[in-house]
Amino acid sequence: MSRHRELGLTDTEYELICEKLDREPNAVELAMFSLLWSEHCAYKHSRKLLRRLPTEGPNVVMGPGENAGAVDVGGGRAVAFKVESHNHPSAVEPFQGAATGVGGILRDVFAVGARPIAVLDSLRFGEPTSERSLYLLDRAVAGIGHYGNSIGVPTVGGEVYFEGPYEQNCLINAMCVGLAPRERLIRSAAAGPGNVLVLLGAATGRDGIGGASVLASAELDEADESKRPSVQIGDPFEESRLVECCLELLEDDLLVSLQDLGAAGLTSSAGEMASKGGVGLDVDVARVPLREADMEPFEVMVSESQERMLCVVAPERLDAVLERCARWEVRATAIGEVTGSQRLRVLDGPEVVGDVPVAALVDECPLYDLAPAAPAVPLYPAPTATPTGDAPLDALLALLASPNLSSRRPLFEQYDSIVQSRTVRRPEQADAAVLALEGGGAIAVSIDGSGRRVACDPRTGAMEAVFECAANLACAGAEPLGLTNCLNFGNPEKPHIAWQLERAVDGLAEACRALDVPVVGGNVSLYNEGTEGPIYPTPVVGMVGVLPDPERAGRLGFAREGDAIAIAGEFHPALPGGELAKLRGEPLPDTLPGFDAAKVRAAQGAIRDAVRAGELSSAHDIAEGGLLVAVSESCLAGGVGAALDLGPSDDPWTHVYGEGAGGFVVSGPRAALDRLAEGVPLHVFGTVGGEGLEVAIGDWRFTASLSELREAHSALVALFP
Amino acid sequence: MKFGVVRFPGSCDEVDAQLAATRVGEAVLLWHGDRDLQGVDAVIVPGGFSYGDYLRAGAIARFSPVMESVFEFAREGGPVLGICNGFQVLCEAGLLPGALLPNVGLRFVCRQVDLEVVDPDTPFTRACARGERLSIPVKHTTGRYHPPPEGADVVLRYAPGHNPNGSEQDIAAVRNEAGNVFGLMPHPEHAVDRLTGSADGLRLFESLAVAVAA
Repeated sequence: MSRHRELGLTDTEYELICEKLDREPNAVELAMFSLLWSEHCAYKHSRKLLRRLPTEGPNVVMGPGENAGAVDVGGGRAVAFKVESHNHPSAVEPFQGAATGVGGILRDVFAVGARPIAVLDSLRFGEPTSERSLYLLDRAVAGIGHYGNSIGVPTVGGEVYFEGPYEQNCLINAMCVGLAPRERLIRSAAAGPGNVLVLLGAATGRDGIGGASVLASAELDEADESKRPSVQIGDPFEESRLVECCLELLEDDLLVSLQDLGAAGLTSSAGEMASKGGVGLDVDVARVPLREADMEPFEVMVSESQERMLCVVAPERLDAVLERCARWEVRATAIGEVTGSQRLRVLDGPEVVGDVPVAALVDECPLYDLAPAAPAVPLYPAPTATPTGDAPLDALLALLASPNLSSRRPLFEQYDSIVQSRTVRRPEQADAAVLALEGGGAIAVSIDGSGRRVACDPRTGAMEAVFECAANLACAGAEPLGLTNCLNFGNPEKPHIAWQLERAVDGLAEACRALDVPVVGGNVSLYNEGTEGPIYPTPVVGMVGVLPDPERAGRLGFAREGDAIAIAGEFHPALPGGELAKLRGEPLPDTLPGFDAAKVRAAQGAIRDAVRAGELSSAHDIAEGGLLVAVSESCLAGGVGAALDLGPSDDPWTHVYGEGAGGFVVSGPRAALDRLAEGVPLHVFGTVGGEGLEVAIGDWRFTASLSELREAHSALVALFP
Repeated sequence: MKFGVVRFPGSCDEVDAQLAATRVGEAVLLWHGDRDLQGVDAVIVPGGFSYGDYLRAGAIARFSPVMESVFEFAREGGPVLGICNGFQVLCEAGLLPGALLPNVGLRFVCRQVDLEVVDPDTPFTRACARGERLSIPVKHTTGRYHPPPEGADVVLRYAPGHNPNGSEQDIAAVRNEAGNVFGLMPHPEHAVDRLTGSADGLRLFESLAVAVAA
């Protein structure tokens, strides 16, 4: 009776499985159930909540439930995208954990028939003063680069934040964006009894056994070294052949359906394909190519060996498929067939070693209600203070040099951001990456989410993440079409974590509705806790939008001496919960000021239209660090100074260092800014030019040279000698 | 003018090279397992990680069937352009002098850099002026050029302050003695359109088109 507990199933769940089978499961069946009924695969603590998210819209081609969501971008083209976590494997082995995180999300995207055209990543670590965090950062970045660079998909954007609560449980979220002719998108439902099940790609080994249950669905503890064998090893060379081969097979219409092998390996892939198609599958483990000869049937069924895909092929097309695979040197093996039985049968040669109803395995895991309760005491300690000095200029330099705000150049230079010849805006050139599309037009993509803000106020913090992404797109000139999210939270069985999760999902839903942006897919990563407590609740939001003319994609850098600089939008900054408060070691507030979603949406629309019309020289949203950090970033990106006069102020600290949603720093000819002012609150407060940043506000007067700003902003360079 | 771009399993930039070449002529992909060069006028060995590059960058690709034909083509004086991994392959095969070593930083680096034209008298640089600056990106882990003791015929150098990998004497590109084989670590195929950053790399493709026509 204790075996199922070791595999992560409760006694009640075990009894339910016995009931559904009308007998006790054998070892193979128990292994399969333990994985598909894990949090990672069954979403048993989140599925009910996720129903609150809006998933429909006029541009949605594929919604949640497929390997990746997809939106129509016009011209008969669709863009598929999804973000997924690989947190626990990366905490145990950061290089392979991060690399296979990228490999996995790439497979999700080409599984729907789209060619991967971009990767973005969202990373969270403990403070870089910790040796362990530096090690995790260094190796995770190297792992992401290793996989993405080797496979010829550009890594075009991302974000990284450093906060104490991620010290033991780092977050590695990767997002992939793919492009396909709309009619070529393929679903994963198996169909047609008698059709052949073909396994493509790498041989199956003992790597990643129990990854979804042992690693992904439990808290991390001190003994994690022993979990190294649960981490998979990536081979981007195998995957690069697999991508090209699968896309050719789809182009020639040789497949009925296609599915990647991810968490829970063959069990999950076969189970989901059968469930979606309402059919049964026979899988013969004796026919699966193995790395080690003596693998048990259950190991073959649950191995998470990377770089594998499963497809359904009509018998008369099997030879053509095998021939195409041989040309790409991709291993292809018929391992079973589609049946009308609605059961997943596992065969070992002639012997049946497992036989379960597909529905029980895939769709009938019990879903749990959360028991949310607001925490009675603060969940997180106040951040450790960093000396910032008392003078206003000292604060600016300290903010620019802080790990959360300093230039990400030492990281993103380790990623190929230009392969595939479509990257119109690279990292640090605009608030969102911009990718030109064949046939005209472009997409802009962004990924965002501030865990600390969500820790302060889960609902408002989550709304801010969605609006921040949309603001990034607006600055590039793009209109959002769809959104993917990865919900990284602690243990949902704890009432205060359940409370964070529920409030954050409500915030996401409200923001999506306010912007009319549907959620087309995503991922949930729970149990992100170490022995010292939970991570900051971290909903990571990835957004895709379109812009008609890539030549007019926005830039964040000031471009022309003499341009006027203005703050545009509904911006009501506040210091609590912001970066300066963190540097000062202030405790997190228990709420954030809300914002008027309709007004912020209108302001984003006005900025977007001005960028698209070519009216503005630069557009940059005001995010972490506040107004002066945003202006400094525009100066550094453009290599030119600015003179600012913000007029009288009773509270210059809040004015220039406070944070909140809805503000933009824009520059351009005065007449253009006046035209923009007709559609959005706008205040001209400076001029582009000179070799430094001159600031006047209230009784403050200070100047920083560009080289001073640049030196501060380059603080991360020292971490990558 | 017909370019042939070699496609190995693990190539990444072959389609980009093909797109760049089609701006000045026709361009076809040459499959690694085929010996037929399809009558092309010039061969491009593109960037990427041929055969995964697990042994050493470029070490396996030189043994592929298509490369046997490319070596024959080069021996007969046909122009061969090796970009990044292609440069590594040509050095491994001995068609170009020297070797490419891991970057001094031991990390992958993707960066827009300035190059200076040292030798405009090659089929690959004849559209450029001596001393002209070209803005072209690099992206590699193994790009630190190490010339042989007798030296190499340098065609392009990294401009002062732009050497991304510790290459000796800031060498970015070299040619063989005959001048028909040329290798560089920067990616001219990623600098053929101002929309994506720079059009300076197009000069190399234009040079080749003029040289073949001459």
